[in-house]
Amino acid sequence: MRRYLPAAAIAVLAFALPPLAAATKTAYLLTQLTMSAYYVLASLGLCALMGYAGQINMGQAGFFAIGGYASAFISKLNLASRAASPFVAALDFLGLVSRGTDSYGNAYLSPSPALACLCAILLAVGVAALIGTPVLRLRGHYLAMATLGFGIVIEKIARGTNALGGADGLSSVPAFALPGGLEITGGRAARSANFTISWVVLALGLLLLVNLIGSRSGRALRALHDGEEAADAMGVDTARYKLKVFVLGAAYAALAGVLLTHYNGSIGPGEAAFMKSVRYVAIVAVGGMANLTGVLVSGLVLNFLSLRGVFGSFDDAVFGAILIAVMLIGPAGRGLAARLRPRGASAAASSAAASAAPKRGGSP
Amino acid sequence: MRLGRIARIVIFCALAVSLLPSAFAAPKGDPIKIGAVFAVTGPAAYLGAPEDRTARMVVDEINKDGGILGRPVQLIVKDTGASSEKAISFAKQLIDEDNVVAIIGPTTSGESMAIKDICQKSGVPLISCASAETITTPIAKYVFKVAPKDNYVTEAIYKTMNKMGISKIGVLAANTGFGNGGKAQLEKYAQAYGITIAISEVYDANATDLTALLTKVNATGVQAIVNWSIEPAQAIVAKNMKQLKMTQQLFQSHGFANIKYVAAAGEAAEGIIFPCSRLVVADQLPDSNPQKKLLQKYNADYRAAYKEDASTFGGHAYDSLAIIKAAIESAKSADPAKIAAAIEGVKGLSGTAGIFGFSAQDHNGLQPDAIVMVTVKKGKFVLYEGK
Amino acid sequence: MDGSLFIQYFVSGLTYGSIYAAVAIGFNIIYNATGIINFAQGEFAMLGGMIASSLARSCPLWLAIAAAVVATAVVGVAIERLLLRRVSRFGVLKMIIATIGISIVLRELALAAWGESVRTVPFFTGNEVSSISFLGANFSPQVLWIVGAIALVAVALTLYFKLTLTGKAMRGCSASRDGASLCGISPGRMVAIAFGMSAAIGAFAGCVVAPLTQTHYAIGSTLSVKGFTVAAFGGLGNSVAAIAAGFLLGMLESFSIVVVPEAYKDVVTIVVLLTVLVAKPTGLFGSRAAGALKEY
Repeated sequence: MRRYLPAAAIAVLAFALPPLAAATKTAYLLTQLTMSAYYVLASLGLCALMGYAGQINMGQAGFFAIGGYASAFISKLNLASRAASPFVAALDFLGLVSRGTDSYGNAYLSPSPALACLCAILLAVGVAALIGTPVLRLRGHYLAMATLGFGIVIEKIARGTNALGGADGLSSVPAFALPGGLEITGGRAARSANFTISWVVLALGLLLLVNLIGSRSGRALRALHDGEEAADAMGVDTARYKLKVFVLGAAYAALAGVLLTHYNGSIGPGEAAFMKSVRYVAIVAVGGMANLTGVLVSGLVLNFLSLRGVFGSFDDAVFGAILIAVMLIGPAGRGLAARLRPRGASAAASSAAASAAPKRGGSP
Repeated sequence: MRLGRIARIVIFCALAVSLLPSAFAAPKGDPIKIGAVFAVTGPAAYLGAPEDRTARMVVDEINKDGGILGRPVQLIVKDTGASSEKAISFAKQLIDEDNVVAIIGPTTSGESMAIKDICQKSGVPLISCASAETITTPIAKYVFKVAPKDNYVTEAIYKTMNKMGISKIGVLAANTGFGNGGKAQLEKYAQAYGITIAISEVYDANATDLTALLTKVNATGVQAIVNWSIEPAQAIVAKNMKQLKMTQQLFQSHGFANIKYVAAAGEAAEGIIFPCSRLVVADQLPDSNPQKKLLQKYNADYRAAYKEDASTFGGHAYDSLAIIKAAIESAKSADPAKIAAAIEGVKGLSGTAGIFGFSAQDHNGLQPDAIVMVTVKKGKFVLYEGK
Repeated sequence: MDGSLFIQYFVSGLTYGSIYAAVAIGFNIIYNATGIINFAQGEFAMLGGMIASSLARSCPLWLAIAAAVVATAVVGVAIERLLLRRVSRFGVLKMIIATIGISIVLRELALAAWGESVRTVPFFTGNEVSSISFLGANFSPQVLWIVGAIALVAVALTLYFKLTLTGKAMRGCSASRDGASLCGISPGRMVAIAFGMSAAIGAFAGCVVAPLTQTHYAIGSTLSVKGFTVAAFGGLGNSVAAIAAGFLLGMLESFSIVVVPEAYKDVVTIVVLLTVLVAKPTGLFGSRAAGALKEY
């Protein structure tokens, strides 16, 4: 039961913080807390892959961007001129469209953000499965480079394609309507509600991963991390598990991308940049690699500080220095969170196994 | 003791002089907070760093002169590193926390579009230093821009080409918002001026060598090449052309308007023609020009403060602050809604980019005559008279 | 495409290829000595160019370049001694992350030290507008310097590893660490030398290409990716193959301009990388056996 504590805490804070912030007149902080929650979601997905399955993904930002861009593009498609076509009529019938007039007086008929979100996540999952299958056969630095290459390709495509807004990206992305009259949008009036929504999503995402880790699949994952050949010998289908976790991580990143894009109202090619992938990795490293709570806490803190401009012009340098510092600190890159909540036994065991594994040199 | 008349005059003058310092006293009262969102570091630092320096310099001077409406101006600068999500986060911080009355910047078009809706919906005037058409098209009541419209710049180039008898050109653009915007404008107006674009290509802004691309362009038999980018590509195109012994006339965009770029291109910069505002050729203007004094002062102040030459990008920050100052003074209030309305009424304001005149339909304020053609002679900027 | 056009594209390809090959050679040296990929390799080239550009204002060019190479070599050894040595026990994943962190910090330090401006290094012969003609193609004399420099490095390296004692010791060390230390070779020292050499070569390459390509604080990461692509393309650890692969990739990029927009040139490179990694991870010229041997 103890392992559900962090998710529960987040869920409670989701509802408790807004009135507290209002009372202390610090409600403006909710903006950065909301944005941080979505970025942490992407890091959580990466944590499952890096910490538990022991694989590296230097292109997580690419999946984030796929999610965000797909959702933005689809929900901005104006089908008003084709309202008569059977496809559009079917969507309308199913309630999957939104209509109205935008702030410049033009009538629009677009796929609803909910439909766009679904398509975006399916697209990200599809791409992850497609490239994951060949790429996950690689190890170590080959995998790092391959995923890095993937991230760069996504960024180039986003930056070079006029339909995706080119270097300026897509803006005026519509609000994401949720049941109950709520919507994911950046307006000041919806600030508290959006904070709650984002932290509830975060809590649910965390819950899902905690359950996964504790389940049979989770144990298989940890076996995989500790020694791939051994796990293979024990009958664990390592290739399938690696792919599943890779795809799951991609789905988390894509969902985060979708929700943040609708919250911000825009997305640009910068979201697919290499430095963003580095940040996701840095946060997983600081959090303790295989420590979901650590990633959660350090992610929220670091993203919050970064978004508030506390690091000033040295933002990138801070994350780079963090990477180095964390690697130097301890065997499993123990972060502060792990120090507070000792997971001593399992962390030491996995580090011992990792260091005992033969250095993989020329043969990938 | 009876004071002689002269004594009374002297005492009166002494008292008057002793009261004078209070007339030059530092502005008192609630500071007027103006927010600035610039890309001071990162990939757009060539634009953002001069904007940041200029803004601080201008605000210092405004405060030395007594502030606006007697109140001191407090400039709050945020460095986004050209990141859109930081621009969004900082814009919201400035609006919700710092309660600024206006925001100047951002530096890039992408960031500007990201915060356009935020400023509009929050009712805080935004004067962007970026150049994309979409910033002011469609018009949002609270959103303005001070960079010249891309079509003024392209039409100036085409008019010059007509005079030079050039009709077949090649267009090269960097894969940035600026580059793509310029390319789109060039393609849009080509036919109207009888220009044929034989080849139009986008290259990676960080490319270190463009000889292969230029070879391709050279093979199409064009008479001139237009390059739309900022550094380092501007210098690379110029140098590569000379190394390939290409003799076509090279036109650059208004992104070339900084003498540092001429130095970077060395001898290859000789003869390049580009459009820009009168800032870089201020000394060559006739004395009757209304901008001359302002431009010379800006050039001199900037050089004294920062030991480098001023550029037109820094000038955008200068103009944004000048416009806000004029608007506040004319509205006699620092209320954001009143400032936005007052900006629309600003007319005949001399800035670094030209003479500004806004209206409800024109949120850019510049006319085509804000642009002049400039060329490089012996490593210096010279007004292009046409030969 | 007529003859002179072909030669023109060929020369461009030669220029790109030399730059990438130089970075790839650096990758290979470190890889052979330690088994890791040093993501910060591109930053060494950046540092070389930046230091040279600063020094060239006050002292003769050859001295500026020599100083830049030495300074960067010192940085390389320092990184190995102070940082990577401590992380090496913890596995490949941690080392990759550490070198990524190092490359970022180096880049930000360069930004703090030199600002965001683009910097130039004087041309070795002539200046920015010099041009020589050959078979109908025109190019800067610096191209010849670049190709010559890389050839020189390749020859020097081959001789070094074949003939000198330290060179042979390094080869022995990469073939078998334990065996080497049994023979009295200190693996730690070999690794430090490998880093120093790698940094020096990277810096030298950076200085030689800087007149042509200019340099600024952010060029390191692109160079690292391209350099790794070439190294993997040729077969990790094989420097001669890296040179061949470098030229191949350079030609591919140059001639691809004819059909693919320049902005997607990098996509071509990465697709090549991904295909190689997936289809033949040991590289075009490599084989499992050669890879295991890790011959320089």
